[in-house]
Amino acid sequence: MKLSTSEKAGKLTIAIGGELDHHGAREAARRIEETIEASVPRDCVIDLRELRFMDSSGIAIILRVYKRLNAIGGRLTVENVPEQPMRVLDASGIDRMIDINAMQTEKPV
Amino acid sequence: MKEQNCVKMEFPSRSVNEGYARAAVAAFASQLDMTLTELGDVKTAVSEAVTNAIVHAYPEGLGTVSLRVRILEGDVLEVQVKDKGRGIEDVEKAREPLFTTGGEDRSGMGFTIMESFMDSLRVKSKPGSGTSVTMRKKVARRTAGR
Ligand SMILES: Nc1ncnc2c1ncn2[C@@H]1O[C@H](COP(=O)(O)OP(=O)(O)O)[C@@H](O)[C@H]1O
Ligand SMILES: [Mg+2]
Repeated sequence: MKLSTSEKAGKLTIAIGGELDHHGAREAARRIEETIEASVPRDCVIDLRELRFMDSSGIAIILRVYKRLNAIGGRLTVENVPEQPMRVLDASGIDRMIDINAMQTEKPV
Repeated sequence: MKEQNCVKMEFPSRSVNEGYARAAVAAFASQLDMTLTELGDVKTAVSEAVTNAIVHAYPEGLGTVSLRVRILEGDVLEVQVKDKGRGIEDVEKAREPLFTTGGEDRSGMGFTIMESFMDSLRVKSKPGSGTSVTMRKKVARRTAGR
């Protein structure tokens, strides 16, 4: 699991890459929460462009971020979701609450 | 269904082994002609079952997780994950979407994902003695060229 954050004009971007499973989830959750506490963003983007694998541990993290942002009046979007994580998010039904956007494939098939 | 090939492995319930288990099953499954989507579904289901054995079966300390992968006649992949842990009191309830005893760390979607990503899911459990989860997926036949 790789995590990096950047902030620009009140918008916090959290990029998660590699494999997000239970093994890396606790550290990811801790670091994300610290970042949100520190920056109190109005807009937050979780960018999954570099995410190679995610299971239901990732759903729990995204839900936590969503609840945290709701509590401080911020808004969450999840961007550039590759196919495998997208199937997991679809199965969870959280796309009914959270704005989730698939990665655009460059190559037409 | 007749068995055509089989691997078995055992590992301690350390979370670092979750990634290993997914990769090992995927490598074995490559004997079948799966699409990337099918392989992704199998890896996800394995991750859920193995994580459950690590998180829920042995909440305190380490135990053994057993993994058996078989290829059955008719291009069927079968994955079985077994533990000798705490067991599940009410399996039907545990399989319901969003049911979790894990708190904020868990989503309660593990069994739901195993069920929807595989063709079949069987859960056998006895409180105090352990749980076994057996999942099967039939690989769709592909036309020449794939
Ligand atoms: N191997 C296991 N041993 C003991 N309990 C289990 C096991 N697998 C699942 N459970 C129970 O079933 C519940 C639901 O599992 P699951 O759908 O994977 O959701 P989650 O893992 O997010 O809690 C768990 O919270 C736990 O109580
Ligand atoms: Mg689970």
